[in-house]
Amino acid sequence: MKRQSRIKAKKGFSIGFCALVYTFLFMPILVIVVNSFNATTTKPYMSWKGFTFDWYQKLWENTSLLGAFGNTMIIAIISTILATIIGTLGAIGMYKYKFKGKKVIDALLYIPVVIPEIVLGIALLTIFAKVNIPRGMITLILAHVTFCIPFVIFNVRARLSGYDGSIEEASMDLGANRLVTFFEITLPVLAPGILGGALLAFTLSIDDVIISYFVYGQTKTYPLKVMESVKSGVSPDVNALSTLILIGTIIFVVITQCDWSSKKKAK
Amino acid sequence: MSRKKSKHEFRANTLPAMLTVGPVTLIMILLIAVPLLYVAVMSVCSLDEYYNVTFKFTLSNYTRLLNADYIKIYIQSIVIALVTTVLCILIGYPFAYFIARTKSKKKKILYMLVIIPFWTNSLIRIYGWRSFLGTSGWINSILQGLHIVNEPVDLLYKQGTTILGMVYCLIPFMILPLYTAIEKLDTSLLEASSDLGARPSSTFFEVILPLTSSGIFSGSLMVFIPCLGYFFVSDILGGGNSDVIGNLIERQFQSGNNWPLGAALSIILIIVTLILVKIYQKLGGDMDSLGV
Repeated sequence: MKRQSRIKAKKGFSIGFCALVYTFLFMPILVIVVNSFNATTTKPYMSWKGFTFDWYQKLWENTSLLGAFGNTMIIAIISTILATIIGTLGAIGMYKYKFKGKKVIDALLYIPVVIPEIVLGIALLTIFAKVNIPRGMITLILAHVTFCIPFVIFNVRARLSGYDGSIEEASMDLGANRLVTFFEITLPVLAPGILGGALLAFTLSIDDVIISYFVYGQTKTYPLKVMESVKSGVSPDVNALSTLILIGTIIFVVITQCDWSSKKKAK
Repeated sequence: MSRKKSKHEFRANTLPAMLTVGPVTLIMILLIAVPLLYVAVMSVCSLDEYYNVTFKFTLSNYTRLLNADYIKIYIQSIVIALVTTVLCILIGYPFAYFIARTKSKKKKILYMLVIIPFWTNSLIRIYGWRSFLGTSGWINSILQGLHIVNEPVDLLYKQGTTILGMVYCLIPFMILPLYTAIEKLDTSLLEASSDLGARPSSTFFEVILPLTSSGIFSGSLMVFIPCLGYFFVSDILGGGNSDVIGNLIERQFQSGNNWPLGAALSIILIIVTLILVKIYQKLGGDMDSLGV
């Protein structure tokens, strides 16, 4: 009896603790969502002045904010595609072939993962300035591809570690050439790792502040736009956009998760 | 014959290796290795009278790093990073433990709920904390509404608020590796331990903790190092009262316009990172578990 009540108390404690942590994690999101409906028009747009949908309408008139969001999406999509292709090929090549300097590349791959982002940001800034590449969309994409590649490679590599190379040999023995084997055998097996890596790359790209901050030139991304307005007060239409993005991602996750579980059931 | 063989070798090994590994090699060399080496070179360059970088060797950038104001900020950065890491462990460990040990279907949802907040841009979320804590923010409205205080309390621009922001931004990097490590834990070991008469506390310290230490190590590395560089957190929440090394570097590359000095400061961060990674490897840490 005593033991049971102790277990109950323990369970109560752990639920309470988790609830507190979730509150901590979601508190600023709640602030953002609520403030996107705040009727206040005076900086720093913090005190509550009543409920309104105005900011969602004003958002469509704020072309510079929407443009920045567009830049973020363009950069994220292009960098994700490039990083995924280059990273996947690299992971496969490093797994299959022996060559000189493999250890060096391996070591270089860990740098973007562990080094403080600001160091990578200023390093890219100095080299872009040195070779006279004007800062803008191109430098942003180059930077994002660079810091995304390692994450794609690690994800694909994790998948490769359980990979049975003999199915490739079987495919070639049965007459398929190297390219057909690659597209019909290798890629489908690695697909979950590639997809995971791509998703991570996309997330890292849209959220990046620090590295972009040093290489953006005139092409402002959505995080940089926010950074610019932080000093004077972020206007509620930014909150409105953030709320819409949040809703979008939640819908995306719910759909993909449902798909995933129904497929699993079908199996 | 040998020529034919080498041609075969080229087609079977060298060519596909070059095609697959070539692009990544190019990027890693041109956009990681070369820029970082260039930062090292710049750290021993001087400025001319127009604040342009000239390739005249000097160690003055490094001697300037020993300036007392800077040393104060190094110590402050390390304190902030250390407190943040410890708090992330203290909050993240039990939390990861509870969700990893949840048996029901809810586990997946609980896990997703940790990740969802991080799809909203980190700057905006940090700004959300400012709206929450500021003098016209939520907490003050509540406190004043309940007549607990008459004047708004300034909760912002303190070292504590910067640490709160750092913990907030970095805690998933602690929770996720801990979750992975705890989920792998073999429950039969715990049963064995308690069957053999161990108290819950000794089961924790002698079985659970050693088996999940890999998660603590990789989590700590991924929390401590970024803390030193996250200048925007101390900018927004610390208001200049709790700068980290990242703020010093940022200033040299923006308003300060002294790139060589900023480069020298970056070299310090690189050295700190290398030392910590070495310690991590000595403790048996696996580099591959850092990126996933």
